[in-house]
Amino acid sequence: MSKTPKADELSKIDYMPPKSGWMDTPVEFKQGFWCYGSKAKSLETVGFPNPRQWSPADEDWKLPENWQEIVLKGFKERLDKYRSFKVFMDICVRCGACADKCHFFIGSGDPKNMPVLRAELLRSVYRGNFTKAGKILGKLAGARELTYPVLKEWWYYFFQCTECRRCSVFCPYGIDTAEITMMARELLNLLGLNTDWISGPAANCYMKGNHLGLEPHAITGNIEYMLDDIESITGIRIKPTFNRKGAEILFVVPSGDLFADPGTYTTMGELMLFHELGLDYTWSTYASEGGNFGFFTSNEMAKRLNSKIYAEAKRLGVKWIIGGECGHMWRVLHQYMDTWNGPADFLEAPKSPITGTVFENAKSTKMVHIAEFTADLIRHGKLKLDPRRNDHLKVTFHDSCNTSRGMGILEEPRYIIKNVCSHFYEMDENTIREKTFCCGSGSGLNASENIELRMRGGLPRANAVKDVVEKYGVNMLANICAIDRAALPPLMDYWVPGVGVTGVHELVANALVMKGEKERTTNLRGEPLPGVVETREERRKREDRRKEVGRRRKREEG
Amino acid sequence: MNALLSLVAVIVLILIAFIGIKVASLHFLFGVVIPYAAIATFLIGVIYRVVKWGRTPVPFRIPTTCGQQKSLPWIKQSKLDNPSSTSGVIGRMLLEVFLFRSLFSNTKFELKEGPKIAYGSTKWLWLGGLAFHWSFFVVLVRHVRLFTEPVPSFLHSIEVLDGFLQVGALGVLISGVVLLLAVTYLFLRRVFIPEVRYISLAADYFPLFLIMSVALSGILMRYFLRVDLVSIKELTMGLASFSVAVSLEKISVIFYIHLFLVSALFAYIPFSKIMHMGGVFLSPTRNLANNSRMERHINPWNYPVKVHTYEEYEDDFREIMKDAGIPVEKE
Repeated sequence: MSKTPKADELSKIDYMPPKSGWMDTPVEFKQGFWCYGSKAKSLETVGFPNPRQWSPADEDWKLPENWQEIVLKGFKERLDKYRSFKVFMDICVRCGACADKCHFFIGSGDPKNMPVLRAELLRSVYRGNFTKAGKILGKLAGARELTYPVLKEWWYYFFQCTECRRCSVFCPYGIDTAEITMMARELLNLLGLNTDWISGPAANCYMKGNHLGLEPHAITGNIEYMLDDIESITGIRIKPTFNRKGAEILFVVPSGDLFADPGTYTTMGELMLFHELGLDYTWSTYASEGGNFGFFTSNEMAKRLNSKIYAEAKRLGVKWIIGGECGHMWRVLHQYMDTWNGPADFLEAPKSPITGTVFENAKSTKMVHIAEFTADLIRHGKLKLDPRRNDHLKVTFHDSCNTSRGMGILEEPRYIIKNVCSHFYEMDENTIREKTFCCGSGSGLNASENIELRMRGGLPRANAVKDVVEKYGVNMLANICAIDRAALPPLMDYWVPGVGVTGVHELVANALVMKGEKERTTNLRGEPLPGVVETREERRKREDRRKEVGRRRKREEG
Repeated sequence: MNALLSLVAVIVLILIAFIGIKVASLHFLFGVVIPYAAIATFLIGVIYRVVKWGRTPVPFRIPTTCGQQKSLPWIKQSKLDNPSSTSGVIGRMLLEVFLFRSLFSNTKFELKEGPKIAYGSTKWLWLGGLAFHWSFFVVLVRHVRLFTEPVPSFLHSIEVLDGFLQVGALGVLISGVVLLLAVTYLFLRRVFIPEVRYISLAADYFPLFLIMSVALSGILMRYFLRVDLVSIKELTMGLASFSVAVSLEKISVIFYIHLFLVSALFAYIPFSKIMHMGGVFLSPTRNLANNSRMERHINPWNYPVKVHTYEEYEDDFREIMKDAGIPVEKE
């Protein structure tokens, strides 16, 4: 951490490519740019190949002797299974439209972070091994051999892509680097070349149901703490249920929201909203993860982890499913789940018990995004809201990559925010909606050892926030993604200190006037509401509670 | 270096044709055999590539969504940028293929002191690309007159439109000039924009030089060097009807150079990035509707995977669950 340059130093970026051609420029592993290698135990847990202790910094990565054969065989297999991969290997014309669309290129100036060149790292090997022109003309046709340095270069740069798909928006053929990165990571995975930050959570999720490895009692316990807080703020004791058969709805969130601030406030908001509605729903400790770090290793692993959601919905006999606020979770639920683990013919088309709205757009998958659910409630006037409680906030909204470019849920969260907050401001139009910039930490890159990379990758996002801070005095960055809630706070501290980060349902719950609640003096964070003067005593209590929460979490982590 | 090699390659092609005609007098080879071989390679190659793509499965429905999804009835969907129906997809594809819509929204960024990142629209690549592809298309269509007798009337209309600039006595056809300018622009941006130069391969420069030389030789032939149009038309009609009966020696060398370069271009297409013209139609991020929660998409190779079942999970945590008051299946 100490080595990470200061913001003003880091923002001096040279975009001029080096003199030597990219094939002749060897990869250099810079500190702060890469994640630790996967642990043997994580790979063993899920049956991944080549489990061993290794470090990316080592010369020798302890690969199987026939590693080239394994990779090329895997390459061929994927070319035959994915039209996306085959077509994207073939049709790029290197027009360069994508070059400056990547947040990692903007933040680092490294030409191999241009999406086109990232893809060329793979394409060059494709040409060399699978095309006539490449086999005959070699380097002239942009072909090269799969060597050890090339493999290392793959590893370094395919874990510098957050699969955010921004390049795909601008590409005239829609070439999606996310697809290419996913394939590259699958190939690396065949050799046991994953990162600890990804394979650890994937293994946790496989055995314990969620990335963080929260066991059943830790989930109920964490939620119990939240309920205590809610009670002290609102005077209302909420009693959610877990693994309850016969509930109408199964609710699945990214597990990060059960564990750390500010995600926990989002969960508190959801608990309060569902309580207020009297919703017949249940949590599950088995399907306690909506996110899917398996998605960052292989398609098969992603499917294995995702299977729990439908399996649990079936076991509990629910009618449909609501999913919490998360980015890649929704890419998976929206574009993959039904194909992998459907058909969910044991469920019913989702119908809001409060408004009667049938969610036609989810009639096959039977899973509704909580922002869709809540927007519908507000539209039908089913919530009593007092946006003034959020009046101290000047809010802007960060579209998450996956929900904007792999789904298109843009208006729902905005509609909600505008109904629960009085002050909402959009960032530069080139940095929101389908053109949104990644937090810099998606697709399993939110580790701590690669912090410089994350701060660099997050620069375009943070810079657009800074702009609205200067223009409108924005002080809160709302989002619908658990990785954002984990990654944006340090990003803001680094580039734009003073801006908070919140989930949308935290804002909802703060504005939500609940039946039988006492007069609220603080928001969910325990901070005084606008217009309420905090006594010294109250402030002391609030700080004590924060410390206590911190201690509790530490105990659990230990 | 890549550019230079490509230029040399194209010059060699020109020399081959020149020597082949002027020195070796291989008129039949260059006038008949090579064009047929090139067209055959082109057709077989392109069909092979497209069929191969087409037969590769699309396991997942992965459109890149560039606008609001279809969700609640009162939220306005972006029907073109986030289509949920086939008609929307067709609209999106048509705009993409004919107007290069994605390129139209291209931006450039600038990192200023502060730091402050500013984004601006940039339309040059879109304009250059559009001019290039459309002029190429018009030039190609104009050449249909060489293979038809009588010449269809729509060609006359195209030529009238194309030739509205009357320069001197010659009817200058704009398409050819635009093609040459556009291809020159595409070449220059490759050389002068550092990022684009860095990513450019010989395989990027070669087709540009080839097309440039095709356009140049065509323009030379049309406006500057006299060619025997009657004999050329006899040859092309003969080629089209598989019965070449013209005396090939009457046609001047510039025609053979032009024809050889065109042949080289056509034969090269199936092996090159120019296949993007077919690939764009098959790109799963653009040609699929975003309806994966409404209709189940089938993966033809979906296979069962090993999962950690609830029963296994409960076996691992039964006591803990009971202590936490969580219901279990087996007591």
